[in-house]
Amino acid sequence: MKRIYALLSLMLVASVLLSGCQPAQQSTTFKIGLLGPLTGDVATFGASNRDGAILAFEEWNAKGGVLGKKIEWILGDTQCDPKAAADAGKKVIDEDKVKFIVGAVCSSASIPIAQYANEKKVLQISGTSTNPLVTVGEDGKVKPYTFRACFDDPFQGSAIAAIALNQLQAKTAAVVYDSGNDYIKGLAEYFKAAFEAKGGKILVWEAFVKEDTDFSAILSKVKDANPDVFVVPTYYDKMNLIGAQAKQKGITAPMIGGDGWDSADLDTAAADGGYFTNHYAPSDPRPIVQNFVKSYQAKHNVVPDALAALAYDASIILLESIKKAGTDDPVKVKDVMATISVEGVSGMISFDANHNPVKKAAILHVTNGKVEFFDWATP
Amino acid sequence: MRRYLNQLVSSARRQWYLIPIALFLFVWLATRMRANPVLFFQFLVDGIRLGFVYALIALGYTMVYGIVRLINFAHGDVFMVGAFTAYYATTRYHWGFLPAMLLAMVVCAFLAVIIERVAYKPLRDAPRIAALITAIGMSFFLEYFTALDFVFTPNFISYVPLPIIFQPWEIGGVTFSNVMLIVMAITTALMLLLWFIVYRTKMGKAMRAVAWDKPTARLMGIDVDMVITFTFALGAALAAVGGMLYVIVYPQIRTFLGAMPGLKAFIAAVFGGIGSIPGAFIGSLIIGMVETLSQGYISSLMRDAIVFSILILVLLFKPTGLFGEASKEKA
Repeated sequence: MKRIYALLSLMLVASVLLSGCQPAQQSTTFKIGLLGPLTGDVATFGASNRDGAILAFEEWNAKGGVLGKKIEWILGDTQCDPKAAADAGKKVIDEDKVKFIVGAVCSSASIPIAQYANEKKVLQISGTSTNPLVTVGEDGKVKPYTFRACFDDPFQGSAIAAIALNQLQAKTAAVVYDSGNDYIKGLAEYFKAAFEAKGGKILVWEAFVKEDTDFSAILSKVKDANPDVFVVPTYYDKMNLIGAQAKQKGITAPMIGGDGWDSADLDTAAADGGYFTNHYAPSDPRPIVQNFVKSYQAKHNVVPDALAALAYDASIILLESIKKAGTDDPVKVKDVMATISVEGVSGMISFDANHNPVKKAAILHVTNGKVEFFDWATP
Repeated sequence: MRRYLNQLVSSARRQWYLIPIALFLFVWLATRMRANPVLFFQFLVDGIRLGFVYALIALGYTMVYGIVRLINFAHGDVFMVGAFTAYYATTRYHWGFLPAMLLAMVVCAFLAVIIERVAYKPLRDAPRIAALITAIGMSFFLEYFTALDFVFTPNFISYVPLPIIFQPWEIGGVTFSNVMLIVMAITTALMLLLWFIVYRTKMGKAMRAVAWDKPTARLMGIDVDMVITFTFALGAALAAVGGMLYVIVYPQIRTFLGAMPGLKAFIAAVFGGIGSIPGAFIGSLIIGMVETLSQGYISSLMRDAIVFSILILVLLFKPTGLFGEASKEKA
């Protein structure tokens, strides 16, 4: 069965490649490369990324396209793999002659694409790559042709601190984190820095490893310290366990986490009363969000996740910048993008000097078995 | 009991250097206790609860070792199957707590019998290392086979709703819960039952005879194969209960669940003296408390390193464990 799938996908890729070889009708359509993992472990991420971006393109096409031309998107499969991503990037840039790229999803895929895109002066905007190295090179220099639509890990850490300080008026906090995961550890450390900078005190700072299931000693310490908030910036799987055991221990401090909690598998009983930061909230009442959720649901029958929302935002930021620049020359569009301010599904977006978006993080609240939009965090 | 203690004292006399180490540990713990008694007793309570769960697994290790001299590494995975059985029975078919527990015991007992017949019995006369390697292979087979999509899937499952509603309460700042009492009550009851089976029934007498001297037991007309199979089934049934209690306390199930608790219980069995039933129980309590105390007072990341270094130290300095030498009745 697997072989048949492999064969089919090979044929699919071949057909895409062959169609790319036909003489391009550059005059009638406006080509944009749309890169993401369409196969592999995180293929569902790639599907959300693709569908979110295509929704934006279709909406613009219905309005007459951009610069008077219909938008044509060219898909590339990055497989969340640096080498496959580099190949996919080269292919859309050299063969399809795109001047603009939306993607990729994984930071490890976006970084090699960024390298080639900056060499070739092709403008790239990624929806979801959070690693700082996507927009800023190893040498500390900003990559002029690469932007992203999502906030990065340092931002999210400080957003969690902002929830604790502003919304919950916390003075003290307890933190547990997975010592083997850069994302979780990063959030914990950025939270600590931001929280302590504003005069907060960390009472418990404990690490665990991925295989752990027994958190009783850590939680006893948390209970004994009695902090105002309990920060658990893990993925939902560990959150379910830690939350359930904390409830057993009688810890009442509200728990706060990051976008790792964002999953249908989050145990709302274990996380009850907790808050977490996310890129967007489907129940956000702004019309742009409601329209996005409605049209996405009509097409795909699911509530769009944050990946789809960010790909959508990345696409409209790109299209608005092109429209405002009035030209398809990436050299000019990149300057417009650096200063533009666009309302997206994930909030008002403008860029800082490192090409990271300046925006608010949505705070979601877990209550009565539901995840609801609570407020915005402004670190 | 007095016999065990005498043995312990005489071995302490031989290994006098252990005394200052124990004294140091005692003083250190006493100072930590004075600094924050509530936290200290909370750690102890958590450790005892963990220890009772480990005891149910450790008993299976120790009984099987006592009889066939085999460390059954697949035991931790039988524990996992018990957890899954209990989970499906209570959440999908809405069985009550006790029926689900009995079902898990029966399923695991059968599984252990199959494992024993397929993997261990043909190797009974082979060198012991062959059986040991087969046990490790069996363990990996169970973990990875059950992780297939059409068995239990590789993903974790949150155990909701739990068959018992958690009811925490506090005494002097220390949190207890009804689940802890249930864990302790069930484990104690099963231990008494086990004691009864081993020391007061004909089958128990046969088990002790086989543990003592297999060929002679066979000459006396004891069906040795039957006794060995029974021992596997008995150990697996205890592990099944342990699995169910474990996932109630830590409500998340995945197929690799049994690996760590299995190893910890194995350490507890070695620490208590492998082959000795009271040793497995005392060893489990101590390992449970060492875990929570080292996590609480030293570092949560050091916990496993400390527990595993206990295994190495015991094997280096006292390979027979706390009660290993004392008992000739290995059952």
